[in-house]
Amino acid sequence: MSAQDSHVKQSPAYEMALVRVEDVVKHFPIGTGLFGGQAVRAVDGVSFEVRSGETLGLVGESGCGKSTLGRVIAQLQPATAGHVFFRDTDLVRLHGEKLRRMRQQMQMIFQDPYASLNPRMTVGDIIGEPLQNFGIARGKERERRINEVMRTCGLNPNFIRRYPHEFSGGQRQRIGIARALVLNPTFIVADEPISALDVSIQAQIVNLLEDLQDRFKLTYLFIAHDLSVVRHLSDRVAVMYLGKIVEIADSKEIYLNPLHPYTKALLSSIPIPDPDLEAQREPILLKGEIPSPVNPPTGCRFHTRCPIAQFPKCSEEEPPLEEKAAGHRAACHFAGQL
Amino acid sequence: MVNKGETLGIVGESGCGKSVTALSVLRLIPEPGRIVSGHIWFKDRDVASYSREELREYRGNDVSMIFQDPMTSLNPVLRVGFQIKEAMVAHERFDNKTADERVVPMLQKVRISDPKERAKNYPHQFSGGMRQRAMIAMGLSNEPDLLIADEPTTALDVTVQAQIIELLRDLNRDMGTAVVLITHNLAVVASLCTRVIVMYAGRIVESGPTRQIFNSPQHPYTWSLLQSIPRIDSTQHDKLLTIAGLPPDLSNPPPGCLFHPRCRFRVDRCSKEEPPLEEVGPEQAARCWVLMKNALAGAEPVR
Repeated sequence: MSAQDSHVKQSPAYEMALVRVEDVVKHFPIGTGLFGGQAVRAVDGVSFEVRSGETLGLVGESGCGKSTLGRVIAQLQPATAGHVFFRDTDLVRLHGEKLRRMRQQMQMIFQDPYASLNPRMTVGDIIGEPLQNFGIARGKERERRINEVMRTCGLNPNFIRRYPHEFSGGQRQRIGIARALVLNPTFIVADEPISALDVSIQAQIVNLLEDLQDRFKLTYLFIAHDLSVVRHLSDRVAVMYLGKIVEIADSKEIYLNPLHPYTKALLSSIPIPDPDLEAQREPILLKGEIPSPVNPPTGCRFHTRCPIAQFPKCSEEEPPLEEKAAGHRAACHFAGQL
Repeated sequence: MVNKGETLGIVGESGCGKSVTALSVLRLIPEPGRIVSGHIWFKDRDVASYSREELREYRGNDVSMIFQDPMTSLNPVLRVGFQIKEAMVAHERFDNKTADERVVPMLQKVRISDPKERAKNYPHQFSGGMRQRAMIAMGLSNEPDLLIADEPTTALDVTVQAQIIELLRDLNRDMGTAVVLITHNLAVVASLCTRVIVMYAGRIVESGPTRQIFNSPQHPYTWSLLQSIPRIDSTQHDKLLTIAGLPPDLSNPPPGCLFHPRCRFRVDRCSKEEPPLEEVGPEQAARCWVLMKNALAGAEPVR
């Protein structure tokens, strides 16, 4: 089956890329003088697309660069190099008012609902602020839209004059979602939106995100370290390791048939809430921990922990992210051999 | 109750009292909290009646504990090896020289590579997973009968979590140390523990053998929790079941069963009388008037 065939089966909405990321690099310089020239290479050459109407899951361990990538895509941080196309506009080249206008289309939901809401503002003002910023609605109309979006997100509009500290973690995350939604965006970057919440509250937010997507035809980039949740929510999944995407494929495909040894190890590390299955499972234990992004390993960045690395090929030659099966790309010299 | 050499999991959400329970076992409850009533039996003696001296002996020697964030438990200005040795010397279990000699083998036991060099490192030179290993080494250095691990993997990445779980499993098997694992992650319990206690709002709502609890949970809270988490191995896309509302405010708890305001299977009695923790199967107990075997077989759920 060729790549073309796989597209035919999908709904037309999927075919169009809403966001296209091309060779995005984000380095954070550290130190000056003697140590000048060093940098944390948080994102180091990443290309992929987010298709209109889909949820793309972006997973990886802490320090792999997934949050930085999310912030670069949402233009909260400038890219060091590369392009981020939104429809046909290169966001990286936009500045000032033009970029600000584009932000209406893309909003972000943050991890910690305790840190991302201004404690001195009422819920109504937090949610309504974007309307004001963009001069969209004032007075009664503003109030009406705030009420409506609060109801949509499962918040009682009577609480419009309350302050964030009066709400629980789950409700605060709903406030964060309402604020992102009030401008009717098409694209939402959600950075670990549920990991700070309690287990019984997580499902509420996951279901809310799904409902909102159906209702408003939203496109999500869903960033998380919890692969179980990502599998549940995403149409496609991209796995990141040390600033690079190592594998990207349909959600089902990547879980059933992971080709990169890192993806495979990651999947096998996740415990399943079923003692009978757990008793049979043998996790692939990786050696050590994720190396420093200041000085990433040569060749394939995963070779220092890889159970199937072959030397010197893996330590010298960087494997490209290539199509190994229809719609399934992996960056490994020995893909599928673990 | 924890049996000799057993692995017990205590699960529940934040604020349900699982950590406080564990701290009580060590009599480490911070002021002004105190153990109001009840007993903690360790090998036929009540820990609540221990003198200061006896407590010192008991903590670390009989029971030791590791915490979620190893960085806050390690002294940043002392070498890791010294801190492990200190734990042994403080308990007078080993003399200075023997303690010194035991440091490197302990680090080796928790699979820290190059233990001899690593013993000379400071905590900040360790990664998160290695710090947790060092804590485990410290906890086990006096060969306690019981190790209480409070969310030991919550701050760690999944691949490192898998390593730590594997380590705890092996240490439990090889050294015979009983392990109490406190966590909010049901899947981790399924992978490590033979028995589970589920807590809600300061109470045990269900307990029993792990397999039993996961295959046939009887308390609606346990059942709902299991239904509300997405599974990595699921093949179809079902909507997640949600538990409405929030855990209760414990300074003003609801009457009757503490879970009834959020329970989709509640009956009238639930809001009036608190159910006792009663046996519902072999070694399995649940605190519920309805029980899932009746709820799923019979009437429609509320809501």
